[in-house]
Amino acid sequence: MEKEQDKILNEITQGDYKYGFYTNIEMETFPKGLNEDVVRMISAKKKEPEFLLEFRLKAFRHWKKMKMPDWAQLNIPEIDYQNIIYYAAPKKKPELESLDEVDPELRETFDKLGIALDEQKRLTGVAVDAVIDSVSVKTTFKETLAELGIIFSSFSEAVREHPDLVRKYLGSVVPYSDNFFAALNSAVFSDGSFCYIPKGVRCPMELSTYFRINAANTGQFERTLIVADESSYVSYLEGCTAPQRDENQLHAAIVEIIAHESAEVKYSTVQNWYPGDKNGLGGIFNFVTKRGICKGDNSKISWTQVETGSAITWKYPSCILKGNNSSAEFYSVAVTNNHQQADTGTKMIHIGKNTRSLIVSKGISAGNSQNSYRGLVKVLKNADNARNFSQCDSLLLGDKCGAHTFPYIEANNSSSVVEHEATTSKIGEDQIFYCNQRGISTEDAIGLIVNGYTKEVLNKLPMEFAVEAQKLLQISLEGSVG
Amino acid sequence: MLIIKDLHAEIDGKEILKGINLELKAGEVHAIMGPNGSGKSTLASVISGRDLVKVTKGKVIYKGNNLLDMSPEARSHAGIFLGFQYPIEIPGVSIINFMKTALNEHRKARGEDAISPSDFLKLMREKKALVEIDSSLVNRSVNEGFSGGEKKRNEIFQMAMLEPELAILDETDSGLDIDALRTVANGVNKLKTPKNATIVITHYQRLLDYIIPDRVHVLYKGRIVKSSGRELAMELEEKGYDWIKKELAND
Amino acid sequence: MTEVLTYKDNKLDFEDMFRKSEKTNGHVASFLRSFREEAAGSFIKSGLPGQNTTKYKYLDLDGLFSREYYYRFQQEIVHFDINHVFKCDIPNMNTKMQILLNGFYYGGQDSLVELQGGVKCGSMLQAAREMPDIFEKYYSKAVGKANDGLVDMNTALWRDGYFIYVPKNGSPGESLQVVNLVLSERNLFLQPRNMIILEEGAELNLVVCDHALSRKLSLSNSVSEIFVGANAKFDYTVLQNDHNSASQINYNFIDQGRDSRVEGNIISLHGGLIRNNHIVKLSGRGAENYLGGLNLTDGDQYIDNYVFVDHAVPDCYSEQFFKGVLDDKARGVFNGRILVQQDAQKTQAYQKNNNILLTDHARMNSNPQLEIYADDVKCTHGATVGQIDEEAMFYLRSRGIPENEARMMMMYGFAEEIIKKIKIDSLRERIEDFIARRLRGEMTRCENCSLLDR
Repeated sequence: MEKEQDKILNEITQGDYKYGFYTNIEMETFPKGLNEDVVRMISAKKKEPEFLLEFRLKAFRHWKKMKMPDWAQLNIPEIDYQNIIYYAAPKKKPELESLDEVDPELRETFDKLGIALDEQKRLTGVAVDAVIDSVSVKTTFKETLAELGIIFSSFSEAVREHPDLVRKYLGSVVPYSDNFFAALNSAVFSDGSFCYIPKGVRCPMELSTYFRINAANTGQFERTLIVADESSYVSYLEGCTAPQRDENQLHAAIVEIIAHESAEVKYSTVQNWYPGDKNGLGGIFNFVTKRGICKGDNSKISWTQVETGSAITWKYPSCILKGNNSSAEFYSVAVTNNHQQADTGTKMIHIGKNTRSLIVSKGISAGNSQNSYRGLVKVLKNADNARNFSQCDSLLLGDKCGAHTFPYIEANNSSSVVEHEATTSKIGEDQIFYCNQRGISTEDAIGLIVNGYTKEVLNKLPMEFAVEAQKLLQISLEGSVG
Repeated sequence: MLIIKDLHAEIDGKEILKGINLELKAGEVHAIMGPNGSGKSTLASVISGRDLVKVTKGKVIYKGNNLLDMSPEARSHAGIFLGFQYPIEIPGVSIINFMKTALNEHRKARGEDAISPSDFLKLMREKKALVEIDSSLVNRSVNEGFSGGEKKRNEIFQMAMLEPELAILDETDSGLDIDALRTVANGVNKLKTPKNATIVITHYQRLLDYIIPDRVHVLYKGRIVKSSGRELAMELEEKGYDWIKKELAND
Repeated sequence: MTEVLTYKDNKLDFEDMFRKSEKTNGHVASFLRSFREEAAGSFIKSGLPGQNTTKYKYLDLDGLFSREYYYRFQQEIVHFDINHVFKCDIPNMNTKMQILLNGFYYGGQDSLVELQGGVKCGSMLQAAREMPDIFEKYYSKAVGKANDGLVDMNTALWRDGYFIYVPKNGSPGESLQVVNLVLSERNLFLQPRNMIILEEGAELNLVVCDHALSRKLSLSNSVSEIFVGANAKFDYTVLQNDHNSASQINYNFIDQGRDSRVEGNIISLHGGLIRNNHIVKLSGRGAENYLGGLNLTDGDQYIDNYVFVDHAVPDCYSEQFFKGVLDDKARGVFNGRILVQQDAQKTQAYQKNNNILLTDHARMNSNPQLEIYADDVKCTHGATVGQIDEEAMFYLRSRGIPENEARMMMMYGFAEEIIKKIKIDSLRERIEDFIARRLRGEMTRCENCSLLDR
């Protein structure tokens, strides 16, 4: 029985990364390395206003004084920040008037990734902003959305067309001094998505950004800024992949969400960066700062993440619950296999009264991987009646992997209730036997059980994404999970 | 003993009771029946003084006093007992300590001295036998790890210990098998005297086979829509609540 | 000679302390020297632990050390019988009592005391002289490479402490009690070092009480090593009931052999600052460790429990259950870490930390951690911070129990879950009584401790 399980585990862990191809397009890249000149060049290249250059330079100067954090349960090889290219863009990417002008190679790339840039071919429910390496190549359904006053564009375009909005909100949730990678991103961020939902508008379709790292030796530093004005609603999706390469590549993004009074933002992400091969060679270092603020009363932010990729993940989508009666949710499935390492979780900072937060985290570790949940729930003194419930479960497949749980609870208010529960277990042999007895193969049984185990989180994803996520889980654990 | 007049009450701003009128005399047993969500438990909460429920209008007079002005413990001292639908688990507090404290508070309220340890143990033994409760249960923490039946039996045991004048049994039959139901009902019947009164809140008629009510009231959407003798319960058992709903719709 | 502790610009003048220590080193067993030097070397490198680590995040060592303290390398001669000053008055508790006075073993320094069953106890220094083979075999083995400045400091500088040895299949027949007394005209800094050895199949019940008798400031940085051999059983209760000027940092390093069983309960009723480190290594298959903790804090008190349980081998069981009630501006910290190593299959580990905050000025930080490298395990942890359950309060009140009394009952019930685990009846009853009175605000300290206040 055990032998057989090992065999299946082995088979599954051989599952290949199917997005590992590389597109041969002509690229414009900066020389390797980072200094003030590079920062200025990026800004000049993008014809940015003065305030943004200032922001970048302040961030860069601050970053130089910072050290890389080493507290997480991660084994991070030394990163040479001077050996990274900080700007890379497809050469032919000019101002696009229509889809026909998109480089056919690029279109094909996105077709292969299952992201059709052609609006006719898309399901009408989703608008896409496609970002390759450092720049956004195409945003779909822009006009449709504009009719409702919704701004959905690449970050660079937003800087050009809505500088006041960008200036008002940029860095307001994640200041450049927040942490090492946030400072780095603030200095060199290339592009990303910007979205603004005006007062009282319910965004009629899912907004989505698709990130793709293509060029070698480049870092990807995108920035997403989502502002939901009073009583508005938006559901936002983010997906990502990268080609298979032997060297590690750095991805250090920032996402900022602002939810005003009674606004609701749902942010879902399926992260599938190249995880490295089965010997741990190559793969993306995914060091991301995501944070939202429930600024107004009765606002709500919900994070849902499915993490299957990256060699190393360092990511804590967080919420500051500032408005009274505001609420936040964090749903996460993190799968690690082979030599992947993930240190992920959330922070919930309760400031307002009657604030609620819910954390549901499901970790699955296989192969030689390490998977950690790290979370902070902080209740400030005036956060009367704040409530938090956290449930963190870990599932271990195989005996060479690790699963860790590090919740931090800081309670400073006597009317608040904070509860944390965590369990770690392997798939029970009795569960597998029960399935076997009903005629289900061990492999299918593991698949079924993992599916059931992650359902609570996958159900929170928008339909189309959920299907993709489920497929992804299967590929990530292929052989170790049905 | 108990007079309820035009009682309106809400929970979290939602009106649940919309004008209840009820009168109960010593020695009587009343049954309150009704479909889920009709406000039965809310009514029990109002009588016992749970602050979750806000009374917006109306009066509840108990033995000539305004009940709504009294704290939950004062109501208990005055003889009101609520058998909880979901008895609360209190880890670390033994039933003995719990009951001794409660009993002595009742005595204090009556101006009596605390009960002596030997008298208390005697009383415990007596009442345990009366409600057929397992001796080992009382050494445990209040309701902690008790089965559904054990919890309900423990409620009746406490009722026996405190000898209330008005007992409200909220869904005491739910989750009980037929044997446990009979034991619980026997306990209630043994405790019945001409001086005390009982309100039985239930969803099903079967408990009323054992505890015979003088009056049966049907609560629906926050109002008592029908009151009659015992035969009403039988009719409900036979026809279900839809019959009443239809009748109301026709009115 | 009484020395002054020098602490300037966030730095302890350790080198000065160590130099002075070496000068007065004449009577210390020579094999200890290499340990001292090694520990001194690593302290000089690391210094005191900083608040930038998870382990010491909330502990303000800087604030603690920047007060004025004195320390000694030799026992101070006292001109009275300590037994006249202090008597443990727990009725019907038959224990063999040993006293540490200001960190030094009191009375009978010339030889170890032999009790029933071949059990020996007495001064650490004397044990090093009298039982060198056994002492050397165990000393510093549980501490190992501590990677902790405070532990290194103790290893480099300790002068005495208590020693208990229970031979193979032996048992003293009655409970032993160790009382840590602090009695001084000056602010004191102490660094006792203790060792408890239970050989295979041995049994021991131990009660440890801390009593600072004088009102002066004191800071104790104590390290205990506890070795529990195969099939041995060790049961201990620690009662921490000190006044607000007393601060203590304790390290208990426990190393457990095959099928051994250790049960410890740490009751912290009072103290200015308490930091307990429970460091457990389960190194024999089938070992079981049960750790309970209760703290009741008010005023400006600070209580910090750090637990690290290392499941190094398969088939072991561990359970940690810590509870806290925090009133006024009290500050509580729980930092629990369970490590399950790769080969430690069939591990069962359970950790729970429940807290009640009574005011908005009280603060609690809870950080239970699971670190698991084996797949066939059952591990859970849970932590809650909240207040008294209002549903339960209503239930009690509906039975006629007044609000205040109900609240008291609830808190008492909350505490009782830990207290009931104490096996020595007389001690448990005394602690129950303490807690009941403590919760009513009638008492803040153990009676005897106020003897000197007359």
